[in-house]
Amino acid sequence: MSRACSLAFEETGEELAQNVRSLGFDLDDLIEKKKLAVDYIYIERSEIEETGEYDLEGLFIRLGYAIDSIDSIGAKRVVLDTLETLFSGLSNVAIVRAELRRLFRWLKEKGVTSIVTAERGDGTLTRHGLEEYVADCVLSLDHRVAGQISTRRLRVVKYRGSTHATNEFPFLIDEGGISVLPITSLQLQHEASIERISSGVPALDVMLGGQGFFRGSSVLLSGTAGVGKTSLACHAVDACCQRGERCLYFAFEESEAQLFRNMRSIGLDLEPWVKKGLLRFQVARPTMNGLEMHLTSIYRQVETFQPRLVIVDPITSFLSSGTDAEASSMMIRLVDYLKSHQITALLTNLNHAGSALEQTNVSISSLIDTWLLLQDLELNGERNRGLYILKSRGMAHSNQIREFLLTEKGIQLTEVYLGPEGVLTGSARLSQEAKEKATAVVRRLAVEGKRETLARRQQALEAQIAVLQLQFQTDKEEMERDIASEQAYVVKLDQSRDEMARSRKADSNGLPVSPKKGRK
Amino acid sequence: MNTQSLPNCHEVQTEQPKLWQLRLYVAGQSPKSVAAFVNLKRICEEHLTGEFEIEVIDLIENPRLAKDDQIVAIPTLVRKLPEPIRKIIGDLSDTERTLVGLQLCPSTKGG
Repeated sequence: MSRACSLAFEETGEELAQNVRSLGFDLDDLIEKKKLAVDYIYIERSEIEETGEYDLEGLFIRLGYAIDSIDSIGAKRVVLDTLETLFSGLSNVAIVRAELRRLFRWLKEKGVTSIVTAERGDGTLTRHGLEEYVADCVLSLDHRVAGQISTRRLRVVKYRGSTHATNEFPFLIDEGGISVLPITSLQLQHEASIERISSGVPALDVMLGGQGFFRGSSVLLSGTAGVGKTSLACHAVDACCQRGERCLYFAFEESEAQLFRNMRSIGLDLEPWVKKGLLRFQVARPTMNGLEMHLTSIYRQVETFQPRLVIVDPITSFLSSGTDAEASSMMIRLVDYLKSHQITALLTNLNHAGSALEQTNVSISSLIDTWLLLQDLELNGERNRGLYILKSRGMAHSNQIREFLLTEKGIQLTEVYLGPEGVLTGSARLSQEAKEKATAVVRRLAVEGKRETLARRQQALEAQIAVLQLQFQTDKEEMERDIASEQAYVVKLDQSRDEMARSRKADSNGLPVSPKKGRK
Repeated sequence: MNTQSLPNCHEVQTEQPKLWQLRLYVAGQSPKSVAAFVNLKRICEEHLTGEFEIEVIDLIENPRLAKDDQIVAIPTLVRKLPEPIRKIIGDLSDTERTLVGLQLCPSTKGG
């Protein structure tokens, strides 16, 4: 803040210091350091009698004195808040007008920047139609209520010597002072990162080309109520914090404590991340602010916290703060803004039962890089969750529907059963799987039985072969023995005849064999 | 404004204060400042009973003093005493209004 002095017509110095303390300004300290001088000017018509010619030289003198009292070189800025009181305090309007004109000239000659406040008049910018003509720059502030939600807006009405923006911008007053953020990005010049970040669910990363989302991309999770959008988002939060990156979570439906409790039931403990300063929740009712205020406050939060991942849960909440067209325009700017800052955006969208799933109420589907659809699959009297990737720009992604299970160890994705009757999930899938398992067992048993029979037959055959071989062996041995004994007999017979012949001294031509064998 | 000051006039009529302490704020020797001083002196001499004190403060010399009496217009006459404090702005050329401002009714003249 440069050196300034303020002429307050409506608040005393103490009141002013008190009032702006809530905006983060410490006026007493500035006054002490001689950076600021505050002069309270009090005019009460009933206490003043006008008796002829006068001018406002007293005001000039006081202002000049205040300007000179700042440091050694004098104030650079002067605030006059508000000149209206001069008109109501003094009855001679002609004198006041002439003197104010002189005041503006005098301030310009002094080389100070003056900020003059004035109330809006009926059909004119200021009630007395004076200030806006003498000023070089006019800012118009207003406060509009639409659908019970009020939004402060600021517009540059004129600014001599500049090509100023002509649009109205919402502005925010909070403990950090006033913030105005230009909310339209004119060019599409986002950087496109090739870095990939995990979705927190390994099976989903596999579906997304094996590596998860692109950094800085915008991811939409849409589905009907109770389908697990927040749970899936919290997995991404957990993964982000595990990487040591900051994450900002805008929750419009659940409180921080409620989210902690609910996520613990699926095995996610987010509280330590908050304590470590990696995770910050911004919990607000969507109707608390107008859309533009929401956007401005999101911008502010992002600027101060510098997250790498922003969750908005759910974006459909914004519909309650404005019309569809307004909400859509706001979301476009939000997605645009986050993309240009290379912040991954994870938005959840609540689809109402019966409405088209592949459509967001705020019509931002075309801006989205990765769109995951969570769908209820109803079959056989039960409801199960299915997840598939509707689109994911720039990566080869799975076209399969996966069954999405919320277990106490987090989200599990399983293959769904595709049978002749379509997709089977839940108990239908389980029973189908059991049936298949049983059939497989029966088959396996049948094969094993056949294999055993075969082995037994072989064994029997082999046994028969062994018996036959044994028999043959026995026969063979018997026959050989017979052959040998026959041969031996023949030899013996020959020998005996020879012996007999020799004993009878018979001719060698042979005679019948004598039975007397034993003679010698 | 006039009707408001009438009961005061009545009050003053019955009990004229002894001491008048008046302070005139001017800015240098501007024509309006000079005229105011001349007019004030004349009115005091003609209409005030008792003692009166006129202090002239030149804000060009002492700009610091403007704050204390909440001076915006020049010239400004401040009635410090009797209480309550009254402010009269202008060159005091309108005698009647000046007397009303001082809560002195013209009828008390010489009284």
